[in-house]
Amino acid sequence: MNIVVALKQIPSMADELPLNAQGSNLDFDEVDFVLNEFDEHALEQAVLVKEKSGGAVTALGVDLIEALDDVLYTALAKGADKAIKIVGDFEPGADSHTQAAWLAAVIRDLSPDLVLTGVQAANDLDGQIGPMLAAHLDLPYVGVVTGLEVAQGVAKVHKEFAGGVVADIEVDLPCVAGIQAAAKPPRYAPISKIRQIAKTAQIAEAEAAAAGPDAGVTLRRMAKPVATGRADMLAGDAKQVAAKIIDILTERGLL
Amino acid sequence: MDAGLDKVDRILEKETAIIDGMDISGSWNRMFEQRVIWDYTPELIEKITHLPGGESFGWCYQCASCTPVCPVDMVGSYGPRRLFRAVQTGVDLFTSADLWLCTTCANCLRVCKKEVDMVQIMPATREKAVLDGFVPEELQKAFEDTAKYGNPLGQPQRKRAAWAKQAGVDVPIMKELGRGVDILWYVGSYPSYHPRGIDASLAAARIFHALGVDYGILGNEEKDDGDSQRLAGETGLFEMLAEHNIGVFAQYEWNTMVVTGPHEYNAFKTQYPKMGFDRPLMHYTQFLAGQLPKLQDLLTHSLPLRVTFHDPCYLGRHHGEYDAPRALLQAIPGLELVEMGRCRENGYCCGGGGGGMWLDSFTANHTSMRLSEKRVMEAAASGADVLAVCCPFEVSRFEDAAKNTGNGHLRVLDILELLDMSMRGNGY
Repeated sequence: MNIVVALKQIPSMADELPLNAQGSNLDFDEVDFVLNEFDEHALEQAVLVKEKSGGAVTALGVDLIEALDDVLYTALAKGADKAIKIVGDFEPGADSHTQAAWLAAVIRDLSPDLVLTGVQAANDLDGQIGPMLAAHLDLPYVGVVTGLEVAQGVAKVHKEFAGGVVADIEVDLPCVAGIQAAAKPPRYAPISKIRQIAKTAQIAEAEAAAAGPDAGVTLRRMAKPVATGRADMLAGDAKQVAAKIIDILTERGLL
Repeated sequence: MDAGLDKVDRILEKETAIIDGMDISGSWNRMFEQRVIWDYTPELIEKITHLPGGESFGWCYQCASCTPVCPVDMVGSYGPRRLFRAVQTGVDLFTSADLWLCTTCANCLRVCKKEVDMVQIMPATREKAVLDGFVPEELQKAFEDTAKYGNPLGQPQRKRAAWAKQAGVDVPIMKELGRGVDILWYVGSYPSYHPRGIDASLAAARIFHALGVDYGILGNEEKDDGDSQRLAGETGLFEMLAEHNIGVFAQYEWNTMVVTGPHEYNAFKTQYPKMGFDRPLMHYTQFLAGQLPKLQDLLTHSLPLRVTFHDPCYLGRHHGEYDAPRALLQAIPGLELVEMGRCRENGYCCGGGGGGMWLDSFTANHTSMRLSEKRVMEAAASGADVLAVCCPFEVSRFEDAAKNTGNGHLRVLDILELLDMSMRGNGY
């Protein structure tokens, strides 16, 4: 079982998100990057599959900001067997369509049985890396997956639909799955272990495909949301506030 | 725990026994046959004693001196003696909840004749557990946040000095200052980010300003000291933080470092020297107590408050400083200092040390009451209006505990806040 996990770093939501001077995108010099949380789950699911059914896990990603090494060392500490970073002259805001094309070019040569990635990422909520990978590799795709097992050439996939509907689906391998949540919470990799691995492990490098494909989407302007209405806070003791609430409800014809 | 502790194989009793004319027949001469300790295997104990730092676990001879002083035993069944016995009778500490309850407060070590040292045993054992993947979820979150953001609160590193804008006085940041200073103030994570910690930092900034201290802070170059993460078993995370901080400390000229927190004091005094950093260091209470002749003149407003003081384990027992905090409190006009029964060398633990800060719900599920709750009840019983503290872990712990135990009238204030109130005449 040859399992590949595609990982991507996104701006940290713990911080404020400053815009660049042109208002065309984030100011990427002023944001910290973290691993996409859904990708953490994809990695966990990959390691769970390996632990149950054997095989090897390859973690890979596009090294957009020259900070992917730590992410890959952490993946190795959590149970991945091999790490690859895709290098090149990148814009930190490269969109998911472009990243999917770079990833697919490398993944194709790995002849995977199973490709996992986060179902979406908090930066664009685009959710297209998984489907685009599947399209590039000409493999079936199933997304919003919350559990996955493999047996006899098929992946048994637990998938969520809207409205609380869930389904168990069998997909022929090889396939691509977009992970919403791993069957277990992502495990902890002790820093001692990560540091040990960083001293000894090799991260393979792959050149990004020369010309990025057309993304299909052009980001023209980015702006912070403008508050259009505000809550009125009612002051006074309980009786006064209650009287005001009754006035408001009466005024709007609700009482 | 303690399964089989009271197992007695055989009761020996002579029906008739007359010794020196005294009749001690029957139950009067009852003896219990020696417990068969060879029933138990030493392997589980050796798993601990074979770890570097875990050796002294095997020295316990079950005298039980630790039992009455262990803060966790007072709200559960704990202490080194009980732990040793539990492991002897088959509990694997590496996967047991007991592994995470010790706060490394060191009160057991104070009374232990055999020097069984939980302050070494716990991090050694926990490190192994962490490496093997046994970490309580709450603690894992604190580890991850510290690794990602440089602080266990999960706040952005870039905002580490944001609190300083509210101080109303200039708070010099070393990177912007462009010159050396007398005092390098290591602020710490909770004083930088936690709302109640920030209150103490603002007070400190105003006090330093009023005293004319030549100081600077490291701003967003500072990261968490990592000592409590180390004690909770994450040695690698500690080393990563220490390497970063030591590098930053070396970038600037300064004479003495002042720290807000006792845990930082412990890190820089006992652990960072092993990695090459060994410079003059003071807890803020020590620094300000040294400034008292000058500080006294600034404390112009009377605070008619009854105050009791909680000795932080890592300032008191670990480093022997009991007097500086009390000297500061007694310098405040109008303030009456009352002591709790458990104070100074026998001070009770707030529960926040050794990783306990990030195991609150976990610990609460394995004890009858939080340590912080037990402690605020003692503070309330002392008749105090205010529980004074000088460790940044404590303010939020004790404030929550005061509310939980129906002691909402008890105010929890950092000594810095009390000094600032006396200096400025507001806020009490």
